[in-house]
This record gives sequence, C-alpha cells and structure tokens, in this order.
Amino acid sequence: MKLQISSRIAIFALLELAAPPPRQFAVAEMAEKYGVSSHHLAKVMQVLARAGLVRAVRGARGGYQFSGNVRRTTLLDVIQLFENLGSGPAFSRAMEATDAGRALREVLAEIDDIARATLGSITLATMLKLVDRRRNGSQSESAVRQVVMTR
Amino acid sequence: MASMTAIITAEKSVLAVRPVRPADIPHVIALDKQITGLVKREYWQQAFERYAAREARDRSFLVAEAHGTKSRTPILGFIIGEVRAWEFGSAPCGWVFALSVEPRARLRGVGQALFEAISAEFKAAGVRSVRTMVARGNRLHLAFFRSEGMMAGPYLQLEKELD
Repeated sequence: MKLQISSRIAIFALLELAAPPPRQFAVAEMAEKYGVSSHHLAKVMQVLARAGLVRAVRGARGGYQFSGNVRRTTLLDVIQLFENLGSGPAFSRAMEATDAGRALREVLAEIDDIARATLGSITLATMLKLVDRRRNGSQSESAVRQVVMTR
Repeated sequence: MASMTAIITAEKSVLAVRPVRPADIPHVIALDKQITGLVKREYWQQAFERYAAREARDRSFLVAEAHGTKSRTPILGFIIGEVRAWEFGSAPCGWVFALSVEPRARLRGVGQALFEAISAEFKAAGVRSVRTMVARGNRLHLAFFRSEGMMAGPYLQLEKELD
C-alpha cells in the first residue's frame, strides 16, 4: 500500500518525539536526520500541532514536543490528517455503472476495509514496541512488570 | 492445563491469574452479559466442562483476580484457549477464542496478564505461536492484541451468506 510522503514524514516524526524519554527536536535537525526538506517537514508539523499531537516550543533551543496520547493515537488517526484512504474514483462513470465495475468496487472496498482496520488498530505505543523489537532482535519486556510463576 | 498461578505486579495493582473454578462460572456469565448483553449460561457451563473440568495439557480457561486485596468484583477477567493442530493445514498452534476484562478494571494490565499467562501455557504445551480472530470493527480488541505483538497471520478468514 502506498502512503503519501506527508503521512510517512508525520509517522516518523511522531515516533521520534513520542519515544521515551521525553524529548524535543528542531525541524532542521529532524529534516536532516531523515533526508527530507525542512519546508515540507515544517508544514507536516503544523498539521500535527493543529491536531494536538505535538506542540511547538519557542526559544533558541525550540522545536517540537509530543503532546498526544501514545496509547490512543493510531496510524489511521495520523494518516487521515494528510490523505483520504481508499481506492478513490478509479473508473469512468460508464465503467462504474457496469456489473464488472460494481464487482471490482466490491473487491477494492474489501481491501480498503482491511487496511483501515489494520491502521486503526496500531497505536503509536504499539509502533514503538515494534521499533524496539526490531532494535533488540527479540520482544522486549516492560521494565515496570515483574512476573512470578508458581506451580 | 496446569494448576498454575501467575502473580503479576502490574503498574497499579497486583493480579493473580489462575485456572477457573466452578464458583467462578456465574461471574464469567455476568461479565459476559455485561459486555455482550447476552446471557449464555449453557454455553459457559459447557465451556467450563470442556476447558477446565477435565485436566488437559492443551486447553486453558484462566481467570484474573485482585491478589491479596478485597476486590469489588469477584473476577477481573477471563481468557480461554486451546492448542489446535492441523486444521487448515496449520501446524500445532495456540488459539485464544475468548478474552474479557471487567470494564472498571481496564487499563490496569488485566488483559495483558491473562494473555501472557495463556501464552506461557501454550509454550509449556510445546507450541511456538498463538493465534486469535477479531471482528474487523472491534478496534478495542484489535488494538489490544496488536499491542501484545500480534500481527496478521498466514491465513485469511473467508465467509459467505447461505441462500
């Protein structure tokens, strides 16, 4: 599945900012890290700020901080700020009106449904766990939990 | 499965996960009614007979309760699963087919404790993967299982309305 570049930048920026410990980044710093234009990233950050997911910190060492809820914000929430997911008006009206057109729309709608369910179920917290797992090569254990098994 | 008790120190409370007992079944029925709006006495009684009454290495019916404190609710949640082999050509795999958490006890690690406990049971039974099925529209359950590291598996579920 293809995502627009703005959606991808937004997801990367949010994962960067939402990862513990709390941190802030200047747009130029993040743009350089990910090899994207500062101008494009600044626009993306403005959209995220309007959505309440980040807040701007002013001053010489200013930048952006994460201000959303990592356990409640899903990839779908982020992507929908930048694009409409879905197969869109891919056919001409004449094609759309045929039985074949309707059948194809039905199949594409099924794919859209699955994509929405997937993106809507993956929170930023889950993404951070996935990133962590990739980094460690195995599933990481939460430091705040202690499990004792007795038989 | 085994007579295991897992004592879990979560962020805000201490939970115990243990095999279901006959006295828990009315509370399981009540919790399920609270969540689904349906009373299924016979179904849960049969589930108890099948998954808990007989000692079986490949079946688990576990409940979570507050450990060492007087909880307002008798059980905080339950989970049921079993190891199934060779259905649809699948190698032996743990299946979770019921998970419910008391709404007032959510966001306290109850679901995670239950899932970790049944995963440990599956592992002890010799399987290497765990599987479940969630309604596409059920964001709560989907997000929970995703947060536990579950990803799309190798199968697609298909169905058809019968004329």
